[in-house]
Amino acid sequence: MILRNLGGFRIAVALCCVLALTACSKKNTPNLEAANAGLGAGASSPGSEADFATNVGDRIYFVVDQADLTPEAEEILSKQAAWLQQYPGVSIQMEGHSDERGTREYNIALSARRATAAREFLIAQGVEANRISSIAYGKERPAALCDAEQCWTQNRRAVTVITGGARTS
Amino acid sequence: MPKFTRLATRRNFLLGLSLLMLALAPRASFALEVDVSGGRINPLPIAITPFLVGGGAEEAGATLNEVISNNLGRSGYFEPLPQNSFIEQITDFNQEPRFADWRQIQAKALVTGQVYVEGGKIRVEFKLFDVNSQQQIAAQQFSTSPKNLRRIGHLTSDVIYKALTGIDGYFDTQIVFVDESGPKDQRVKKLAVMDQDGFNVRTLTDGSELVVTPRFSPNSQEITYMSIGQGTPRVYLFNIVTRQKEIVGEFANMSFAPRYSPDGQRVIMSLLTTDGRNSNIYEMDLRSRQLRQLTNTPAINTGPSYAPDGSQITFESDRGGTQQIYVMGVDGSGQNRISFGNGRYSTPVWSPDGQYIAFTKQAGGRFAIGVMKPDGSGERILTEGYHNEGPTWAPNGRVLMFFRDTPGENGGPQLYSVDITGYNEQQVQTPGFGSDPAWSPRLN
Repeated sequence: MILRNLGGFRIAVALCCVLALTACSKKNTPNLEAANAGLGAGASSPGSEADFATNVGDRIYFVVDQADLTPEAEEILSKQAAWLQQYPGVSIQMEGHSDERGTREYNIALSARRATAAREFLIAQGVEANRISSIAYGKERPAALCDAEQCWTQNRRAVTVITGGARTS
Repeated sequence: MPKFTRLATRRNFLLGLSLLMLALAPRASFALEVDVSGGRINPLPIAITPFLVGGGAEEAGATLNEVISNNLGRSGYFEPLPQNSFIEQITDFNQEPRFADWRQIQAKALVTGQVYVEGGKIRVEFKLFDVNSQQQIAAQQFSTSPKNLRRIGHLTSDVIYKALTGIDGYFDTQIVFVDESGPKDQRVKKLAVMDQDGFNVRTLTDGSELVVTPRFSPNSQEITYMSIGQGTPRVYLFNIVTRQKEIVGEFANMSFAPRYSPDGQRVIMSLLTTDGRNSNIYEMDLRSRQLRQLTNTPAINTGPSYAPDGSQITFESDRGGTQQIYVMGVDGSGQNRISFGNGRYSTPVWSPDGQYIAFTKQAGGRFAIGVMKPDGSGERILTEGYHNEGPTWAPNGRVLMFFRDTPGENGGPQLYSVDITGYNEQQVQTPGFGSDPAWSPRLN
């Protein structure tokens, strides 16, 4: 199941996730936060943070203990790069995260590797390096809170956070 | 530099604490067997009599009894006998105890004491007796400000522990840890310091930044830690007395996993490489601010910890594919892997006596705390479960503290201690969730 990020579809998938957790795809787990951000907006104004989160996708996921980009991650990052080139005034911070099943110091270093991998991919796609800062959070900021692989999958991530230059929606 | 005075200020001097008398008499007639790898230790029955009080010191007497009894009991080496089992009631500090009465309730050791207020100061005296030989084996007298009362209890506990086990005590010590509150995905983390028994908690930061891995300086007056704030995550120094915060260095990239050298003059830590992919270990001299690179491999090299004599460093590295423990010289020479068991090994910490390296071990989806010798032999697991992480040593090398996390949305970490034998696991009380404990050296 590959997410085509149409606002309504995302919300539907999110609800499915709540109702039947096992139905969710392992690789491309939907992002509840982004779905909520898009709620009621219907059409978010182009170039806004909501536009980015809803229509591009602000995060990619990693395999356990890996910082290599999966084909799905590269697809999302390619769309991010295209969007960022369409809105050259936007600056971003790439946040690296790990799941909670590791030790603190190692996870900080691992999440730095993930942020770097995502950032370098965007740069290779033509986004100017000085528009992208990065930060490593290790396991300190989980996105999903359960104690099972379906949550840890969502926590091994790199999130592209817009830090400036986006249009207000 | 140096904004911080690195003079070894004597705590006793600061506290106006005076040790007026120390009379160490013959060794105890019994030997408390405290083997490291052996079985469960048979706790020694000890009678701690109610401290005699005078001059409005009633509360102080009760507090001292509680602190001492709690310390000795929690160590696992002693069994404080219930006061209602006592036959003899001590009414005069100078009276000779009726040892037959104490033998009858199986007490091996007996503590008597008195406390009174004199000139605004609190004065505490105690005696320790060997019931079998009917001899006084220790006695001490303290005079201090009433606010140091619990410390007197800890110092007294240390004297008793040492006299009966032959091992230095660890009760007059503190723990620096991370106080955690709030929901799991927005956890607020503050630096906090407390006495080793969980009392006197003081938070040092306001929670606006994520703080992790705090470690004491050798004089216990500074902490080095990592802060993840708005900018690049960095290693900082924090002076507990002045509450001043200082960055360790403006490096191109993130710095993390800091720890002081045994002489307090240097901080060892990991720096993220300029390409953002790897982490190597560096040592910074705090006076000259000179930086020395110790590892140089395309890997995650982190969690460095010095041997107590400062001659070697242990650290973790995934250079061989997974996290494993290594040992090297302080100049980075001779980097050798020492962990070869089944699983991943991390967060190595050298014991204060130099004999062991404690670690976190991940195997089969579970997290254990264990120890091994610095050559990698003699691995022993002390505790194992869903998630145990980040051991730290009591200064006498007999007790380890670590944190244990629990799963799920409402789960969170708590501090625990365990004896080096693997027995006597105890939760350490904290106001909320607690993680990343680090034990101070002895304060006295």
